[in-house]
Amino acid sequence: MSDGIPPQTTVAEYVGAFQAKEKRKQRSWRMAALQLVLLVIVGVVAVSLIGELDPRVRRGADLLRSLLVMGRAPAWVGVSLLLLIPALLLMLLIQVIPLFLVWWERKVAAHMQVRLGPMAVGGFHGWAQTIADAIKLFLKEIIEPDGVDKWVFRLAPMIVFVPSYLAFAPLPFGVGLVGYSFDIGLLYVLAVSGLSTVGVLMAGWGSANKFSILGGLRAAAQIVSFEIPRVLSVVPVVMWAGTLSLTGIWEAQAQPLGGWFPKWFIFYPVIGQISFLIYIITSIAETNRVPFDVPEAESELVAGFHTEYGGMKFAIFFMSEYAYVFAGSLLGAVLFLGGGSPLFPALGFIPSWAWFLGKTLALVFIFLWARWTFPRFRVDRVMDLCWKVFLPWTLINIFLTGVVLLWRGL
Amino acid sequence: MAPNPIRPSAVLQGPVFETKIEQVGDHEMLLNLGPQHPSTHGVLRVVLKLDGEVITEAVPDMGYLHRGVEKLAEHRTYPMNIVLSDRNDYLSAMNNNWAFCLAVEKLLKVEIPLRAEYLRVIVGELNRVASHMVFYGTFGIDIGAFTPFLHAFGRDREEILDLFEEMCGARITYNYIRVGGVMLDAPEGWTHRVLQFVERMKPRLVEYDKLLTKNPIFIDRTIGVGLLSAEQAVDLGVTGPILRASGVSLDLRRDHPYGAYNDFQFDVPLGKQGDCYDRFLVRRLEITESLKIVEQACRKFPDGPVMGKVLKMYRPPAGEVYAQVDGPRGWLGSYIVSDGTEKPYRHHIRPPSFINLQALSEIVKGWKMADVVAILGSLDFVLGEVDR
Repeated sequence: MSDGIPPQTTVAEYVGAFQAKEKRKQRSWRMAALQLVLLVIVGVVAVSLIGELDPRVRRGADLLRSLLVMGRAPAWVGVSLLLLIPALLLMLLIQVIPLFLVWWERKVAAHMQVRLGPMAVGGFHGWAQTIADAIKLFLKEIIEPDGVDKWVFRLAPMIVFVPSYLAFAPLPFGVGLVGYSFDIGLLYVLAVSGLSTVGVLMAGWGSANKFSILGGLRAAAQIVSFEIPRVLSVVPVVMWAGTLSLTGIWEAQAQPLGGWFPKWFIFYPVIGQISFLIYIITSIAETNRVPFDVPEAESELVAGFHTEYGGMKFAIFFMSEYAYVFAGSLLGAVLFLGGGSPLFPALGFIPSWAWFLGKTLALVFIFLWARWTFPRFRVDRVMDLCWKVFLPWTLINIFLTGVVLLWRGL
Repeated sequence: MAPNPIRPSAVLQGPVFETKIEQVGDHEMLLNLGPQHPSTHGVLRVVLKLDGEVITEAVPDMGYLHRGVEKLAEHRTYPMNIVLSDRNDYLSAMNNNWAFCLAVEKLLKVEIPLRAEYLRVIVGELNRVASHMVFYGTFGIDIGAFTPFLHAFGRDREEILDLFEEMCGARITYNYIRVGGVMLDAPEGWTHRVLQFVERMKPRLVEYDKLLTKNPIFIDRTIGVGLLSAEQAVDLGVTGPILRASGVSLDLRRDHPYGAYNDFQFDVPLGKQGDCYDRFLVRRLEITESLKIVEQACRKFPDGPVMGKVLKMYRPPAGEVYAQVDGPRGWLGSYIVSDGTEKPYRHHIRPPSFINLQALSEIVKGWKMADVVAILGSLDFVLGEVDR
């Protein structure tokens, strides 16, 4: 063999080291699974100890009311405070959710891609990474390129963001935890979340960039098309529940079938599954994420409609995307997974808000999973899929539901 | 708010410097794809004339990475030129070394020991695998899937680079193949580790297929897109996997064997119609075939010296010579004119990427913006080699 170069390892040593590494890997897998199980048990116990939040909220509101009465405040102060406080809490939520979701997405993506993701900032698995990123984005200079349509350029992020916040108003988070409950909640959420398209178009047009224009046009075409099968996919749920109120839809699924089987809409044979599948896929398309991220397709359009945005303006686009992911998952949990109702009556000791959170995060995981697995559709094929596959199937589904309802009614 | 008279006409039809496209119609728009763009894999500018999203004309503009390698070669001795050849196609530097050394060896008429030939085949094929892994990953990114890139580039290619590092100390620019043989012998147990790597790759290739090759969205994006017929491919001088994807069975390793390729059994994968999917599939199958060659070479690895009888300072006899290898991107040729001194009088490189890139404007016409990216990715060029 070669002279002068010492052999680095013998074959036996190498194989031994390799096998030891494999064994370590297996052991660490077992440890991770054990940790996960422990974490779930601890979480369930902690959450059950906290219990339902509804009575506390009520008590807080009563306290506030009595304080105002004692202080002889005029009636409008009480009314507006009781509207303002939930609104501010929702605002806070919408700021915090993206921070968590982005961190979670990074970890999920990293583990799917055989790497670790953020590990340094904050200590435990880089939990503070997104907070640091948010601070960085806050401190960045906002650059406005020459030739942009100034007001369109400046207004666009706000017009994208505001509807994503408004969409949270009627979404329930648990028993009694609703920003503002009203009868047409479902219609309102679907309608409001379509408004962001205007902002996306404005961003594309106002940026004075060809990639942005292409991205904006694609976004408009896509969101307008996918809005239709998305709305139609939830029509069977409304037909079964007989109401558009989100709380009502959830309560319609709360009573278990035969005393034990969950009467969630996803378990309705055929109708429920078609409806759920189309809802999830169109929701992914609505939020412009892979495999439907054609408006911001990195490899084609650089960053699509937000190519020219930086700093906080970009962060607002980003935040509204994640807010929509969360809102879409929350809505999916209400419509198809029985909202806050437990899987089996025996699990009823876990409070409804924990069920909500768990179901929503499970649906969010589907979003992340799809994003880091699939390639991107071509823009015209996306339209094909929408008009030639989803639309007919939603109509067939509505027809089937109608037939079943009529047959049951007769 | 007063309307801005400059917009939107300025945006849609504004001056694009040196477009090389003369006429732009009323409904058309010029778009600069690059030089800074995520999917041009380097600094390439493609000027596209778009009608909506449909490409009506495409002109690649290259030269941003020009370093004058061929001129530099005239001022450097032959051993120094091997170092330069590393820098052309930085994803398969071993094959670049090999092409240059083959040419010089032809001039010098040196006998190369068998062990050195086998080592060349092993490193050349491993380098081809590494290069195709980069293609697999970046093509996935072009199509929109990010995860395959991290699997191929971040995990599997690293293992190949580790093997190379153990062998010659370098990870990208090896300068390993020398005139007359190779720089160093393989360290003890190296072939065993290569075989272990080949074994590890087998289940991973199944995973590769699950992620991209059999993915319905991926198939939908690439099948029937960017057709290049066999006649067109031959006319344009396209070589390598792109030519084979068009259905032309031509592989220098099999048809005009150099090195020790005669000793090994391998298939030459062929495409059916020359679309993006075929170009992808041919490279994906070439990974399997290359690993097969590596396995055979490691199993029959001969003993002996790794360097032939070559002087430290050699002066090839006056004359001219051309030698080529079938690199990961096609025929990589080296044309040397020697005047009997220690420096080449002229060194011309036949860069496969440069010639394959000429097919772009032929293929791209009539396809959509999203397809341009797929087509660019499927041509798998390296700008370092295109511009030299």
